[in-house]
Amino acid sequence: MNMPRFWREIQGRYNLIGSRCGNCGEYFFPKRDICPKCHRKSVGKMETVKFSGRGRIISYSIVHDPHPEYKDMRPYIMAIIELEEGPRLTAQVVDCSPEEVKTGMEVEATFRKLAEDGKEGVIFYGYKFRPLRK
Amino acid sequence: MEAGIISYGAYIPRYRIKPEEIGRVWGEDGAARGKGLGVMAKSVPAPDEDVITIAVEAARNALKRVDIDPKDIGAIYTGSESHPYAVKPTSTVVAEAIMASPDLTAADYEFACKAGTAALQNVLGLVESGIIKYGMAIGSDTSQGAPGDPLEYTASAGGAAFLVGKDGVIAEINGMYSYTTDTPDFWRREGQPYPSHGGRFTGEPAYFRHVLTAAKGMMERMGTEAKDYDYVVLHQPNGKFPRRAAKKLGFSPEQLETGLLTPRIGNTYSGAVPLGLSAVLDAAEPGNRILAVSFGSGAGSDAFDITVTDEMKKFRKERAPLVMDMVNDEVFIDYATYVKYRKKIRRKGD
Amino acid sequence: MRDVYVIGAGITKFGELWERSFRDIGIEAGIKAINDAGISGADIDALYIGNMSAGAFINQEHVASLIADYVGLAQTSHIPAIRVEAAGASGAVAFREAFLSIASGMHDVVVVGGAEKMTDIGDEMANAITAMAIDQEWETVFGATYASLHAMMARAHMERYGTSREQLAMVSVINHRHGALNPNAQFQREISVETVLKSGYVAEPLRVFDMCPLSDGAAALVLASEVVAKKHGNAVKIMGIGQSSDTISLHDRKDITTMDASVHAAKRAYEMAGIKPEDVDVAEVYDSSTISEIIAIEDLGFFEKGKGGKAAEDEKIALGGDIPVNTSGGLKARGHPIGATGVAQIVEIVQQLRGEAGKRQVNGAEIGLAHAIGGTGGTAVVSILGVKE
Repeated sequence: MNMPRFWREIQGRYNLIGSRCGNCGEYFFPKRDICPKCHRKSVGKMETVKFSGRGRIISYSIVHDPHPEYKDMRPYIMAIIELEEGPRLTAQVVDCSPEEVKTGMEVEATFRKLAEDGKEGVIFYGYKFRPLRK
Repeated sequence: MEAGIISYGAYIPRYRIKPEEIGRVWGEDGAARGKGLGVMAKSVPAPDEDVITIAVEAARNALKRVDIDPKDIGAIYTGSESHPYAVKPTSTVVAEAIMASPDLTAADYEFACKAGTAALQNVLGLVESGIIKYGMAIGSDTSQGAPGDPLEYTASAGGAAFLVGKDGVIAEINGMYSYTTDTPDFWRREGQPYPSHGGRFTGEPAYFRHVLTAAKGMMERMGTEAKDYDYVVLHQPNGKFPRRAAKKLGFSPEQLETGLLTPRIGNTYSGAVPLGLSAVLDAAEPGNRILAVSFGSGAGSDAFDITVTDEMKKFRKERAPLVMDMVNDEVFIDYATYVKYRKKIRRKGD
Repeated sequence: MRDVYVIGAGITKFGELWERSFRDIGIEAGIKAINDAGISGADIDALYIGNMSAGAFINQEHVASLIADYVGLAQTSHIPAIRVEAAGASGAVAFREAFLSIASGMHDVVVVGGAEKMTDIGDEMANAITAMAIDQEWETVFGATYASLHAMMARAHMERYGTSREQLAMVSVINHRHGALNPNAQFQREISVETVLKSGYVAEPLRVFDMCPLSDGAAALVLASEVVAKKHGNAVKIMGIGQSSDTISLHDRKDITTMDASVHAAKRAYEMAGIKPEDVDVAEVYDSSTISEIIAIEDLGFFEKGKGGKAAEDEKIALGGDIPVNTSGGLKARGHPIGATGVAQIVEIVQQLRGEAGKRQVNGAEIGLAHAIGGTGGTAVVSILGVKE
């Protein structure tokens, strides 16, 4: 991914900034300008929110054949995570072995390197998740 | 001074490699090496961890423990000798990742292993002078040791962040003193992947001269002796140097033990004294006095005389992991995995 | 709305076609379809091309113009040529657009092509382009691959319905068995459950033999209005078409063991055709992975939700079973040149309904269904064709 395109979304990727519909109260990640439930009633009422970063695993896969930029991490855990506020996202789960990961596992957001734009390019950072530290 | 530490947070990657494993590859008696250096294991960052991610995790852990608005942070300085970029700051990423941007100043510091304490001195100055309300000083490193170099047994990764302010100070700074000379004991030239060092020259004329002089200078200025402190934290390139220096300064092993992490996690360079001090703050009670002395090759030492305040009783330490929680969270890897994680071998396409 | 018929169908060999370029295969399929229809170039009113990513695969955009030119229709009749993109559903959406252009009364004879040339670049690059069908900003950038998202669907399906690893493998086994009967298929050899289970992991729990290959290939159809079709003995009626959308990201769907877009597209198509799932004699469904086919045969109403794995195990979807699925070999064995797939599926259905499917013929097939997906289910198209008046 090129740099301006990544940079534009760093608030979402660094800090889990999303939206809440001021009309129905539903949370969304990433940010949305319009609520898929309230349609026009939500226009101008979408509020910016920061998610806690805690959630649970809905489903996961152990990736053995990643895209080239992600090869250093393989095999790695890719998961769909449901944040405690409701929205779901796709992220890697780190500090956890493929044997330990389970559907329903509680996780929390951490800050990691996602990829590099080659050896000379920029480094992309953002959220990954790890098992929740009690 | 009025400005002091109002919170702190640490981060240590969970991967570890043992000296035995390193020695196995290079045909050395790794166990004996480790014993000689006083190091049982060293931390290794995951392939997706670097100085920036460690700094962000440490800063976030510091912020979890207090209820301040990150927008009130007026300065973020990160000290490291392993910044991922030669040009482009670590601290701007940290600022964005803790939502302190954009009304603040930020910069990266470099002074070998004492860049983190240099950052702390500067943040203290800005807060004390009233220029900023809060400041964040971070020491974070993923230090490099060339394959086969003795440094490989110790060069590790970790970091800690200190939030400085005037209200809710948990650790008061009674005084600071630095001792700085031009002593080329250890260096890395621009564009070189690994540092070079003067071997035994790094001992007496470098580490000991600077650490001992700074510690003595600090105590002289404060009118204190070793027995007046509950804890001492010294730069810890290995497990041996700080023990010998502490002994020479008149400190007991008990005073040193709490803040001596190198035997378990190796030398975290710019993260070393910040992490050691964090471990001490994890354990300290109100009224405890701490002497912390860093060392950076090239060379210099920063000394801090610190007293833990009554605010520590209210401090929400439990909101973030303690240093020892992270020290004890260990996953041991072999040398092949280690060189892959540290990108010491090149994969096709690199 | 006017009735629309398919009066011609053509397809190239699918596979690694080292000696054939994008334009070579596009034109081959087009000429075969035109010959099959027995029409001439001057009869054609418009051209629709399904193509996902020629720009990325071969650095060539504007492929509708390119194909119109090389089939000889650009300089003479100057017909409109339209490229349609909806990832894996590109060809199916092009088919629907062509259908609409005739149903509306705008055109009488329209050619629909689908083509993709995927093997001129390395596998890694080709996989990266394939993954452009999923959300680049919020899935791929975090390390998701196309296969890993299917793997998450598979795990959810296995955990909720008890679908077994062997049942997933059976989908691949059956599709390879069908592919062995199709001279145009990329893979024309049978495999066993062990072949699948011993192949390497791509994204657990899915293995290499759970996933469709990278392919080159093209397919084309000639669509015509009733007036034109009546002059042809071999016309197949388009009874119904439904298209639906869903979230582009898999994670935004509350249930990842179903694709709502398929369910809705199927409902629309069945209503329009006035039939029920049990009326379908033969179906081509989107098996970019084995789990994708299991989810599809449930979403299309052939089997109850959660019973798709058992249906594969019991070979109900094999030739000779209750509802033969992917008699062409499907994406798995026939191959999956992305933009061509949606059109290739209809070619197979047309051949089945005309009784021209050779060794893989479903005897007496009168109603056939084709189902295509874009991405992980952000787009779905279900088309129903029939020869029963």
